[in-house]
Amino acid sequence: MAFLSSTSSISRYYIEGKFDDSIMDNLQTGLKKHSIPEIENEFGEVSAGWAPFENPYKPDFNKYSFGFGTYFLFNLRIDKKSIPSKLIKKHISIEIDKRLEKSGRSFLSKNEKSEIKDLVLDNLMRIIPSVPNIYEVLWNYEESNLFLFTTQKAANELFETIFLKSFNLKPIRLFPYTMIEKKSKLSDQQKDIIYNQSSLNYLK
Amino acid sequence: MLDIATGYNKYKFLGNEFLTWIWYLIENNINIKELINSDYKTITLEIGNSIVLENSLGGKTKERISIKGDEAGLEEGKTALKKGGVVTSISLLLNIDTEEFKFLIKGESINITGFKTPSFKPENNEEIEGAIIEKAFFCEKIYNLIDALFNKFIEKRSSDAFRDKDFHKIKKWILS
Repeated sequence: MAFLSSTSSISRYYIEGKFDDSIMDNLQTGLKKHSIPEIENEFGEVSAGWAPFENPYKPDFNKYSFGFGTYFLFNLRIDKKSIPSKLIKKHISIEIDKRLEKSGRSFLSKNEKSEIKDLVLDNLMRIIPSVPNIYEVLWNYEESNLFLFTTQKAANELFETIFLKSFNLKPIRLFPYTMIEKKSKLSDQQKDIIYNQSSLNYLK
Repeated sequence: MLDIATGYNKYKFLGNEFLTWIWYLIENNINIKELINSDYKTITLEIGNSIVLENSLGGKTKERISIKGDEAGLEEGKTALKKGGVVTSISLLLNIDTEEFKFLIKGESINITGFKTPSFKPENNEEIEGAIIEKAFFCEKIYNLIDALFNKFIEKRSSDAFRDKDFHKIKKWILS
């Protein structure tokens, strides 16, 4: 459980809105509906979804808990296939040689080469296994506060999309502008002052 | 409310100014507990082993000054500030009462990296739950403090007193 033992990277969200009825039911439904598929997608490059904190490789939210004290904790799992460019190059070269030998020609057209590249990519994508990346999601529902334990842009973007689809609640990433909008107690007048200012120049 | 990407880019300078202000607070021994009116007994902040500054050289050209290492001096950083630079990320040591936290915070996103909490290997379900709650508590503690400091900075930044007093104090420190 890396979450409990290692150094963490954190990005933070404000969750806009609340569930109309049972929190636990809504949460469990959303988690189940968008859990990571247990069977690997042969052709897809990226597959992403929720997985239980206690067992990220067994997406069973009936068996594993997601409520801990007043917090909800689960994983965002992103399975990604990445094919090394040298491997692609090797297989394209092998395939080109085969095609040339078969046809008895000395060169291939641009279209034929492109066709070979697509074929090689499809074949490799099917045989190469996905690498799972696991990022914890810690949600304080009452406070509308959520921590995503990664600062990687691609993971943040996938998280935002899947979260909205799962729970119909909008996660708003907290950074200076949204912190002023969602976490500060500034009046509208104070906000206007801030928003109309440019960066400070202490050398003036 | 602005579109998220627009808001991020347009006001990311506030995050960098915020970190620069934190450095000013630390260097000038300003009492953090009193500043944010906290209920904790003591709060102390120190600069850790990394600070990165950025200085616009006109147009899109930027100079990046990165200071890293436990024994690194901050003179170069101060020189960058004197040339108009701002802090874009800073490593901090935060002591709240008896607990110590280390992390690196980035100005434009307020993301935290390298956040280390005490290691704990739970052996049963009860211990797991306890450890999770403790970790959640640490995360909230850090971000509550960051929020309190950021709110104080923004509140000051929007006041007339900032232009009349704080701005000149910070300027004096930078040029000292």
